[in-house]
Amino acid sequence: MGVKSVRLEIIYIIVGMAIVTFLTRFGSLILLRYTGIPSSFTRWLKYMPIGILASLIIPSLLVQGGHLAVSVSNPYLIAGMVTAVTVFKSGNAILSMTLGMTVMVILRQVN
Amino acid sequence: MNNKYFWLGVKESFPIMVGVVPFGITCGVMAVAVGLKPYEALLMSLLVFAGASQFVAISMLGAGVAGWGIITLATLLVNLRHLLMGAFLAPYLLRLPLAQQMMLSFGLVDETYALTVNQINKEGYSAEYQLGSSIALYTSWALSTLVGTLAGSYIDNPLNWGIDFAMPATFLALLIPQLKDRVSLLVFLVAAVIVIPSSLYIPGKWYIIIAALSASLIGGLLDGGEKCEA
Repeated sequence: MGVKSVRLEIIYIIVGMAIVTFLTRFGSLILLRYTGIPSSFTRWLKYMPIGILASLIIPSLLVQGGHLAVSVSNPYLIAGMVTAVTVFKSGNAILSMTLGMTVMVILRQVN
Repeated sequence: MNNKYFWLGVKESFPIMVGVVPFGITCGVMAVAVGLKPYEALLMSLLVFAGASQFVAISMLGAGVAGWGIITLATLLVNLRHLLMGAFLAPYLLRLPLAQQMMLSFGLVDETYALTVNQINKEGYSAEYQLGSSIALYTSWALSTLVGTLAGSYIDNPLNWGIDFAMPATFLALLIPQLKDRVSLLVFLVAAVIVIPSSLYIPGKWYIIIAALSASLIGGLLDGGEKCEA
């Protein structure tokens, strides 16, 4: 290694990570630019946000430390249910998030 | 540029930033703990801008896995889910100039995707809105990483505060109003049934891709089927 203050192997790793991450974000556009977007694909994509959001949310509420945690002692599950019920009943996103966060912080203090 | 939608994107990103900041701080703290220099940690947040994969890479460096290939491959696998988000946004993004497509793609994180979809459902797609949200989250991610590297050992693990709940809370507030018909509800249930076992037993973030792909595919098929009956 020539320059002691700059560790090239770390820089290479970071640049490699940056390139592949950009490719995952831009890759679909590269592909679909040439193929066009078929209508059956559009119908499928319509439900993609629900699929992705559900897949992100559910494990973060129900899985704690690598285990399924369906119990009243799981603060994420309780606070999540408060948030979901509030936004369902009121349609108010900010209110539901504030209530959910409040419940979460209180449960964290209690435990 | 339409400033109104740009600032709306910034404004609506604020609640989710509350959830991003503790992750950024933790990322910085962890990076320094495994021996990265503050500028290296900051550079990673500025160039990669993908929390989960940065945590994976930092843990691998900490465990002595310094190989370029293996860390890059792990990053690719963790981030493959972005392909689905890019595909969903493609009909809107492909109408923009190439430079804007690339810039918005670079900033496409889970949070910006969720907010942009919400905006599409409310008023239609806005590139300015997506840009505002991207810049807000990018800035908070980079700054909170920097704070973490500088604060280092002085602070307790910020994820213990429970603030990390801000992220699922925001996603819930965006998701629940979308479940207004039978097919949407079914897509949600299918995703739930698939994602629970796969998140427990499949390593990495593959479970998101598997569950999201199969649930939305079933939604698309049912949607088409119902139209044929009618």
